Amino acid sequence: MTTQASAAAENHIPAENIETATPLLQIRDLKKRFSLSGDFLEQLRFKGGKLVRHQEHVHAINGVNLDISRGEALCVVGESGCGKSTVARTVMGLLSPSEGEIHYDGQRIDHLSSRQLLPYRKRMQMIFQNPYASLNPRMTIQQTLEEPLRLHHPKWNRQQIADKVEEVMRSVGIDPDWGKRFGHEFSGGQRQRIAIARALAVDPEFIVADEPISALDVSIQAQVLNLLMEAQHERNLTYLFITHDLAVVEHFGTRVAVMYLGTVCEIATTATLFAKPRHPYTQALLSSIPRLEDDRPQHIRLEGEVPTPVNLPSGCVFHGRCPYANARCRQEIPLLQMQNDGTRVACHAVEEGRL
Amino acid sequence: MTMTTNKAPSRLDRFRDSFVWYSFKRDRTAQLCLAVFLCLVVAAFSAPLLAPTDPYDLRQIDIMASELPPFWIDGADEQYSLGTDAQGRDLWSIILYGTRVSLLIGFGAVILQALLGVTFGLMAGYLGGRVDAFLMRLADIQLSFSTLMVAIVVGAVVKATLGGAFYSQYAVLMLVLIIGLAEWPQYARTVRASVLAEKGKEYVDAARVMGLRSKRIMFRHVLPNTLSPIFVISTVQIANAIISEAALSFLGLGMPETHPSLGSLIKAGFDYIQSGSWWITLIPGAVLVVLVLSINLLGDWLRDVMNPRLYKG
Repeated sequence: MTTQASAAAENHIPAENIETATPLLQIRDLKKRFSLSGDFLEQLRFKGGKLVRHQEHVHAINGVNLDISRGEALCVVGESGCGKSTVARTVMGLLSPSEGEIHYDGQRIDHLSSRQLLPYRKRMQMIFQNPYASLNPRMTIQQTLEEPLRLHHPKWNRQQIADKVEEVMRSVGIDPDWGKRFGHEFSGGQRQRIAIARALAVDPEFIVADEPISALDVSIQAQVLNLLMEAQHERNLTYLFITHDLAVVEHFGTRVAVMYLGTVCEIATTATLFAKPRHPYTQALLSSIPRLEDDRPQHIRLEGEVPTPVNLPSGCVFHGRCPYANARCRQEIPLLQMQNDGTRVACHAVEEGRL
Repeated sequence: MTMTTNKAPSRLDRFRDSFVWYSFKRDRTAQLCLAVFLCLVVAAFSAPLLAPTDPYDLRQIDIMASELPPFWIDGADEQYSLGTDAQGRDLWSIILYGTRVSLLIGFGAVILQALLGVTFGLMAGYLGGRVDAFLMRLADIQLSFSTLMVAIVVGAVVKATLGGAFYSQYAVLMLVLIIGLAEWPQYARTVRASVLAEKGKEYVDAARVMGLRSKRIMFRHVLPNTLSPIFVISTVQIANAIISEAALSFLGLGMPETHPSLGSLIKAGFDYIQSGSWWITLIPGAVLVVLVLSINLLGDWLRDVMNPRLYKG
């Protein structure tokens, strides 16, 4: 059913869009389930006098389709547990998808072995959320930065590697003389710069950033964000930027994908999304941004809580909390539909013009 | 900013700044234990220099001088300060040589345990899944065989196939093998537990994203971060291995009487304890207790120092 769904969704993309520019990264019907039931013996249950195998899964991603074009910064937003990080980790091959495909520069990469993936590792890199955990505490900064270079440029001599490390340290604003120090001797912002330097060392063209500034002090966040934007400008990078900070999205993203409970509910350019949110969830999300000029904020208050990803709701995953939900929303899963301004929205109410 | 000086601290400087050294400087028990332990190790390994006689050389043994008491008891011969055993060997010399054998077996067995246990523990923890299940069940099975049973089986097989003389000749190696094989699961379990904790950290993900091979990530990234528990367990395991060896030797499954360890000395003297020659058993026994106690107390101190809940770093 879902493959049909995605085929239908793709039909709404204008044909010339697909042909003129092959996206750098294509995510097709990506699904990821995590088993909750343990190993085979733990799955066996007695039911009605018979042994049956009982399995439960967390449905972290349920059919995500995303295209990322060269040079853009696609931001993925959504609340905790909506699957944004799982998408990032699946794209990087840290998790293998349960279903679906990932294409990089036209080549399918999700089923490759780690050795076949090696050339892609040089082209796509990742920046992690927690700079206190992403640097090996037993390695010096120099060792940390040299390691990817040694791996991806086995023919380089010592001097070439040292030069590259120095260049990349300067480019992120870290004094190359500090290379002999260990990660714990640096502040959070400095560590995140070092983590960025490690990602940039192999000259990638695509960077997945998984909430790279959310663990940092507010005063440092802007610095690191600007560093990422400078790097994008100088090195012509493409970003998949995972965040839950809408102010960052407005500042950083060229396009935004809004996720809810493992599905993408709206994709739009940043300006369009902030000016005219279509999906009821996006509207509620944007209304929650605190604004200085408001003395009476008009938050859209959603009732209830996010449903459990173990037993997904039927139909639209948002129907239980949506003020516009009707019978169709409770039964039929909405697909991403192209709107006339290029936004794609997965909502029956928008499609039917009820909203 | 604290990083105004750009000179990186050397390894020695870092050790001097470390909590381990700080704690050691203030802990009298640890200092005393380390001193006692080092004395025993130095004495044991310079046995050929310190010992007045060579107990392995039959020509130096005088059977007429057997069961002489130590110097503070009447009837002692001043040539033999701690007395002699039932075969007329100088007890002081043979304790030095015996301690050397015990230490060799203790350290050798722990090195073997660590090699097996760390490798299997790393693989089980990092690779997970079936490898984990297989290795951990193997560890469970291994643990259900006691050291004694492994010793009996290995001893019986080797003696039956290669002969008793061969077994006596390579007894040290055999005991290292037996104790090493019997107790690697302790290491494997400890290492696996800390690998599981480290595996979830983002630096491991970063290494994977870089494209490093599993082997390199395991040994270069994960292993160095699990060293503290390995260190702590090693001290306990050395003491355990020395005791295991003594127990096996006491039961006659260990070192032969011609090349005794502390355990075989205790056993050899045990038959004479009723006839009044208590020193043949009790003096090697006391040395064993002091040796094991000093290692155990050092291990306790190390565990306190390296416990991340007490001290983070």
